[in-house]
Amino acid sequence: MAEKKSLGKEFSKGLIQENPVLRLVLGTCPTLATSTSLTSAIGMGVAATIVLVCSNVVISLLRKIIPSKIRIPAYIVVIASFVTIVQMLVKAFMPALDSALGVYLPLIVVNCIILGRAEAFAGKNSVPASFLDGLGMGIGFTFALMVMATIRESLGSGTLFDGIGDLTSVFGIAAHGIEIPGLVNNPIGILVAAPGGFLVFGLVMALANKIAEGKGKPKAELKGCGNCPMAKSCSLINTDESCDNKAKEEAKA
Amino acid sequence: MINGKMLHVSASPHARSRQTTQNIMLDVVIALIPALIASAIIFGLRALLVTAVSVATCVVAEFVMRKILKRNNTIQDLSAVVTGMLLAFNVPSNIPLWMVMTGDIFAIVIIKQCFGGIGQNFINPAIGGRIFMLLSYSTPMTSWPTPKQGFMTFDAVTSATPLASGEFPSITDMLLGLRGGSLGETCIIALVIGFIYLLVRKVIRPIIPLTYIGTVAVVMFIAGLVKGEAVTFTVNQLLSGGLFLGAIFMATDYTTSPITTKGKYIFAIGCGLFTCLIRLFGSLPEGVSYSIALMNVLVPLIERFTTPKPFGTPKETKEEKKAKKEAAKA
Repeated sequence: MAEKKSLGKEFSKGLIQENPVLRLVLGTCPTLATSTSLTSAIGMGVAATIVLVCSNVVISLLRKIIPSKIRIPAYIVVIASFVTIVQMLVKAFMPALDSALGVYLPLIVVNCIILGRAEAFAGKNSVPASFLDGLGMGIGFTFALMVMATIRESLGSGTLFDGIGDLTSVFGIAAHGIEIPGLVNNPIGILVAAPGGFLVFGLVMALANKIAEGKGKPKAELKGCGNCPMAKSCSLINTDESCDNKAKEEAKA
Repeated sequence: MINGKMLHVSASPHARSRQTTQNIMLDVVIALIPALIASAIIFGLRALLVTAVSVATCVVAEFVMRKILKRNNTIQDLSAVVTGMLLAFNVPSNIPLWMVMTGDIFAIVIIKQCFGGIGQNFINPAIGGRIFMLLSYSTPMTSWPTPKQGFMTFDAVTSATPLASGEFPSITDMLLGLRGGSLGETCIIALVIGFIYLLVRKVIRPIIPLTYIGTVAVVMFIAGLVKGEAVTFTVNQLLSGGLFLGAIFMATDYTTSPITTKGKYIFAIGCGLFTCLIRLFGSLPEGVSYSIALMNVLVPLIERFTTPKPFGTPKETKEEKKAKKEAAKA
């Protein structure tokens, strides 16, 4: 890293500015699949956050030991171990959540956010920074999931926090979901189906871009590193393969 | 100064067509009115109420959305009115009014304005609204009131579309629209009157509707040969469902149909084939809206492959083509 940044910024950038789902467009598949209800969104978000924080810390600790040629398999081994632990815990204590998330829980292994942060950040930053980066990105992921799930569940099935009791009963708290009168009998069914997922995703993403870029700031361009939201943590930046360099070469040709 | 007259010098074009978006859309509205009157007679006055609510919602949605996006106001071009009428024609007359309103808002806000307004929508807004409603409210969208002859009557008895039940009324009844179905799709005669009006006013060209209906006729005839009673089967398939409404008014939308003649044929044949595939092999009884939406999305590709060559340019020889390819590679 050329410049030193405060640790607080490593945490806060994941919330909106570099939100993994809405700004970096990583982890789209679990986002679309598990944002149909708030309960599964929270379950998915928390599970992914735990794996992300743990794997970021371990990979950051091992960053000088792992040879760069086999770093991806090494990262996958670390991530897969944590996913297995989380999966076993969920299966044991929250079987309802396990069946709600289905295949998407083990699929956290190949979640782009986790591998992406390992590759782009934890592999070359200190342990505290990687911890905060993982925490911020995880919370950003959970936040994006919850925003989408609130829209999709309330309009698409007319409920909120449906089945939350399965999550809270582990901690000895009884809780119930809310039914929204009027919508529960005539929900806009398309929103909990796949097309509705894409629709809501697009609209929320547009909103996040609006907030992050704001007025007056230039629009992000695909070419060049200047406005790229990944620029701060990009592993290719200042190398021959960077987007800046490619754009220059294209301009020459 | 010649003979004391001023000479005006201006940039081309010097001769302008009198067609504007507004009067094209007005023609479409006029062409839809026979079907509207027919639906009021067949399904009662509630058909008019549904249409009025749908049109009003579309216009208000367009006005509010343009204000929010800080764009110029476009409600006077009447395109929102057309969308509202077409969407109303695609729903059963006994549907709750708020459901029509959600469909309208979806069509205008998401499909039309989020993509840039008139001329920018990727599929026909009315089709998008209908698919949205069909996927969200499948039961109310597919329980059609049985028509009762005579004005001012409204019968709450619902029936399936002939396509789903497999029991077709007589051909005269189907031409007059005396069957269960969406509000504006049943009366074939009224739709054809609208079609002729649009042709006379040169608002649309006949290629897309005729090719679309023709493709369905040919494929259904072949399917009928397998099933037996080919002619009856074909006629029933043509006259039921939303084929005429879709082919005449929705597939011909300027924004979402190809501009080239060759492209229009490809587009219409594609619509026809997909309609037949969905009706014959799909799990849905009707496939007009899905097939038009699917072909709408393919329009940019169709136009790309059917761009006409400028007149007078020499034909490319094989060697020139090779050289071009190599240049593209390097």
